[in-house]
Amino acid sequence: MLEEQDIRAFVYGTTQYFEVAAQQAATVGSPFLVTQGAPEIHDYTGVITVSGRRDGVVHFSAPRGMLTVLLMKMNESNVTHDNLRDLVGEVANTISGNVRRDFGKVFVISVPTVVSGHAQSIELPPGCRPMVIPINWRSHAAKLVVCLN
Amino acid sequence: MAATAPFLGRLLKLLIADDSNVIRRRIERSQQVDRLQVVRLASNGHEALELFRQTDPDVVTMDITMPQMDGNEGVARLVEMKPHVRILVVPALADKATAVEAMEKGANGFLSKPFTDRQLNDALEQLIAGA
Repeated sequence: MLEEQDIRAFVYGTTQYFEVAAQQAATVGSPFLVTQGAPEIHDYTGVITVSGRRDGVVHFSAPRGMLTVLLMKMNESNVTHDNLRDLVGEVANTISGNVRRDFGKVFVISVPTVVSGHAQSIELPPGCRPMVIPINWRSHAAKLVVCLN
Repeated sequence: MAATAPFLGRLLKLLIADDSNVIRRRIERSQQVDRLQVVRLASNGHEALELFRQTDPDVVTMDITMPQMDGNEGVARLVEMKPHVRILVVPALADKATAVEAMEKGANGFLSKPFTDRQLNDALEQLIAGA
């Protein structure tokens, strides 16, 4: 179960990412628990498996348009499918890695895996309740999903 | 002083190791340090070691969380091969313990992601200062 300070760490990591990497702040909506099923995903989703003192997954899911603009803001002209996949994994990895500032090295993260397309859903560990943190950046909406036991 | 003498005044070769193509290209594109010349890009720790043997770089930027071999093990192996190599660790992991571990393995600098171009260049300048 996530506590308020845990959620705050993920929210900070998310806003920090956009502010530094894209030089343009994102706003974060009110986090909410998903009580039935798995959260819907966007075009690209970067998934990090968490082990150590906590176990579960963190995923960052974003539409193609957002990732394309994010790459362009990073002065990257290669906005191909492969680079969009790479970026979504990197965002998930960076946000998850940054929360170790608060959680310490007992929060162990995997290298990212990436899912593309809406049709697939992300498998969540049994027993955990996913917390969705809505992210708004420019005109785009994405989400960070944190599901930890 | 003795450790940095081999670099004195000459162009320094830079190897970039990160499993993200976006980050590898970002570092390659953003680094503006006059004395640094990017020689190769590696996508995991094993490839970094292989390219290190082939190109003998003076400076390495190294991610930590990479497939096949993590960056801290990579740092230790690079320092074994070339004790005066300058290594900037550039991980997503932002905790102090990770930074301390990297330094203990032989890294010379630590810059956690995300970073601005200025932060990257300041870290690289600091890394090779006096070299």
